[in-house]
Amino acid sequence: MEMVNCYIDGRIIKAPKGKNLVRVAEEHGIFIPSLCYYPHIDPPLATCRVCSVRINGKAKAACLVEVEEGMEIEVDTPEMQESRKAVLEMLFAEGNHFCPSCEKSGDCDLQHLAYRAGIRHSRFPHLFKDHIIDFNPKRMILEHNRCVLCRRCIEEVMTDDGQRVFTSINRGERTSIAVDYEQEAKLSREQAIRAMHICPVGAIIVRGESMTRPFGDRKYDIDMDATYIPPEASTAKNKVREHGKKVVATTSLAGCFGCHMSMLDIDTDLLDLVELVEFDKSPINDIKRFSQRAHLGLIEGGCCNSENIEVLREFRKMCDVLVCVGECAIYGGLPALRNNVPLEECLEEAYLHSITSENDEKVIPADQDIPKILDKVYACNEIVKIDHFIPGCPPSANHIWTVVKNILFGEAYSILYSDFKYD
Amino acid sequence: MPSTYPIQQRAQLLDALWFYQDKYGFIPNDAVTDLARQLAVARVEIEGVLSFYHFFRDRYCGKHQIYLNKSILSEFAGFSKIREAFETAIGARLGEVDPTGTFGLFETACIGLSDQEPAALIDLYPFVKLTPQKVHRIIQQLKAGQSPADICDQPATNLHYFPADDRAIFFRNYTPGRALKRALSLGSDGVLDELKKAKLLGMGGAFFPVYHKWLHCREQQTAVKYIICNADEGEPGTFKDRVLMQTLPGLMLEGMLLAGYVTGAKKGFIYLRAEYRYLLQRLTEEIEAFRKAGLLGQDINGLPGFDFDIAIQLGAGAYVCGEETALMQSMEGMRGEPRPKRYFPTEKGLFQQPTVVNNVETFMAASRIIELGARQVLQNGTATSPGNKVLSVAGDCDAPGIYEIEWGMTLRELLDRSGTRNTAAIQLSGPSGELVPVSFADRRIAPDELRCGGSVMIFSQERDLLQILRNYNTFFMEESCGICTPCRGGNYILKHQLQRLQQGLADRSDLVHLHDWAAMMRSASRCGLGKTAANALIQAIERFPDYFAGITLADDVQQLRPFDMEGATTAYDQITKKHR
Repeated sequence: MEMVNCYIDGRIIKAPKGKNLVRVAEEHGIFIPSLCYYPHIDPPLATCRVCSVRINGKAKAACLVEVEEGMEIEVDTPEMQESRKAVLEMLFAEGNHFCPSCEKSGDCDLQHLAYRAGIRHSRFPHLFKDHIIDFNPKRMILEHNRCVLCRRCIEEVMTDDGQRVFTSINRGERTSIAVDYEQEAKLSREQAIRAMHICPVGAIIVRGESMTRPFGDRKYDIDMDATYIPPEASTAKNKVREHGKKVVATTSLAGCFGCHMSMLDIDTDLLDLVELVEFDKSPINDIKRFSQRAHLGLIEGGCCNSENIEVLREFRKMCDVLVCVGECAIYGGLPALRNNVPLEECLEEAYLHSITSENDEKVIPADQDIPKILDKVYACNEIVKIDHFIPGCPPSANHIWTVVKNILFGEAYSILYSDFKYD
Repeated sequence: MPSTYPIQQRAQLLDALWFYQDKYGFIPNDAVTDLARQLAVARVEIEGVLSFYHFFRDRYCGKHQIYLNKSILSEFAGFSKIREAFETAIGARLGEVDPTGTFGLFETACIGLSDQEPAALIDLYPFVKLTPQKVHRIIQQLKAGQSPADICDQPATNLHYFPADDRAIFFRNYTPGRALKRALSLGSDGVLDELKKAKLLGMGGAFFPVYHKWLHCREQQTAVKYIICNADEGEPGTFKDRVLMQTLPGLMLEGMLLAGYVTGAKKGFIYLRAEYRYLLQRLTEEIEAFRKAGLLGQDINGLPGFDFDIAIQLGAGAYVCGEETALMQSMEGMRGEPRPKRYFPTEKGLFQQPTVVNNVETFMAASRIIELGARQVLQNGTATSPGNKVLSVAGDCDAPGIYEIEWGMTLRELLDRSGTRNTAAIQLSGPSGELVPVSFADRRIAPDELRCGGSVMIFSQERDLLQILRNYNTFFMEESCGICTPCRGGNYILKHQLQRLQQGLADRSDLVHLHDWAAMMRSASRCGLGKTAANALIQAIERFPDYFAGITLADDVQQLRPFDMEGATTAYDQITKKHR
């Protein structure tokens, strides 16, 4: 076999000529992320574009590249990291990925790649496109909200008599994966489970099988303990560095207060913390109004009503640095599950058809003294500029306070994979 | 099911689907099941193909199906008035079928009649220069039982310019067989040599050297090779291949024949876009005439073993099928999805055999080079880009139509010849090409200068740039094959950002982001469609800074982002009022 020398980020790599770049890199400890690549699918699908690298100066999908003599490959340059990150963010914006309520969480390649890329939020606003969940197949449930259209299932899932079970349907932004019910019914339980595992996200769920391994004990939960997630490049213009006690304000908008509970989870360290910071407006001390300008504002929850918008704007005006804490603040989170349901349906369901509403009290609340419900739940960064994002549902106490200490006192930090969580 | 279409191979699938589409006005469920059974594939595979092409319908869409062009030029020529006229005349809204089931009214991407807008296809027959009165008349005639074939328009060729003094290359007298005679005397090496000397490049917009392509195909040691003529010009604003096929179909066939002679391919296909179905008969007759004249078939020109024949494959409505690998997928009866770029079609093309794919104009140019000799062609154009180019000019000008120019003509001369005033911007090569301000007018049109694949859309100062960009965006969003993330997701994301701009809710930093994302689509997409889909947007932001400064808000010093509270609470107000 002819061996060639190629250069990955300047490092000389010897590899068999014509070998797939993703595998060559992997064998030399260089990680090129990918969702659709499967070594035995040939030619590679090249659909997800998450493996974008530069070959001799030209952007290409690494999965399509066969190494050649003298090839110059850029993988971990800031530009390519950024580009791959952007493709992942697009997938998050285009689909409806609610990690906290997903069966695949912890086993999900998309989630894992997002962790590794250090994605704290999507620069592209989540669009909450309306997708269906297909309950018709015999063994499976097809969760189109989570599908990334990688097409692994199309290529890999076949019946014993050689028929495809999945295919692409429609075109353009309406493209989706369809399942043939007749063929799907021919699959054995094992074949169906294999299909579920082939899916890099939680789009194929086999009835009764998805929870066999508990959260916390899954592939990426246990493998990545010692991995660190890179810190976020700061967007705050001037970090707060002057000495003296720092003023912190917090609020919960359309959230569940879970993130606030998590803030309290540092337990006795809280006693050290109050030596260094002073809380202004916050549910922690029940101060309702700002009494002074704050160095730091922590926001939990997105904006689901007119009051949330006002409070958030006030925080932006009153805080030097504003931080989104938790999924809801970052993109809407679980309250945003309503975003692809018409508001009228939501309100009717909650106030008129709900079994807990009494017959003679069926009314959708409307009064000048109560806030108005918005047409959808907005992410905080759609309303004001946000300086930092701390993902998680809730983020761990460790993560929150590491970031806060970094912002307030400039302490260097990195986050353990196991502390950096969307779910 | 009264009649079934017998099908042996997957490659016949498009023809089979057309059979049902023509017979019933849609493709019935039973037909899908039957085709799946005959081909021994899963039903859903047939559905996947059917749903990819927008002229194939899976439910009844009216006895007469009206497809109204919604390209930007149609929008500017009065699309909305014509839409309303159709809606009133048939008694149904856009996207619907009227209660009697006679008419279905739909939109479609550019149908290659930009010089005669507003235009529509009814049962794929052309109707041009529509006015509300004309629309009502057409619908009355159809209601009275006349057939669209009898009352449709014959699209004008609108040939406005070609170089004088025998310098025209395309639009000159054509005698079938002349190029072939000279080719036979030159031998296949000689033909390649002439193409090389004449520096002929592919005219579809990628400008790949034709000589390389043909040579590479010739070098392949396989028994079966194919020649494909890409007659799927779908770039909004282009219609030159339509006019070329209307006027010089033989020249195209002869070009394909030359490619067959050089490469050793014995079979040629014309992939004709469904929007040009009305040209099918003319092309078929021409092929027949060639066969009768001994220019197609076996032992062509009396040369033993020189066999070549041409068949036509009708497309079914998908812009992306103009991409050569998507086109071949489509011909194989698949969804028209571009293949991953691992092999050149000249290595593994149609049915994995070496294949030359060139477009209509390229085959014609090749034929003329052989007929006239490279030396004569080299006298035209510039030193680095010799020869001529056929352009489709439309939009805000007095004389929309076809212009055969020599490479190197300045944009200004073209604008002057077509009678323009107050021009603000010109879109070259369609939405995926170059959007240039009028200040670029002194640049020369040539593959190595200002590139143009054929479409020239002229926009005057009265036109709104954002409306243009949003129209393009919708086009790409619908025409993306949907395979790769940057193109499928990116166009959809851009749509929402453009909406923000439209609502006046975008600030300067939004604009920076918009530009960055568009650039990301350019670098990460899987095929040319995705790579170029945001071109116009990127160029617009870079080249029209004043316009964008005028429609975006300055970044807020308090770091608040623009938000439309009234818009966001209207729904709630209405719902609570209704339920009070």
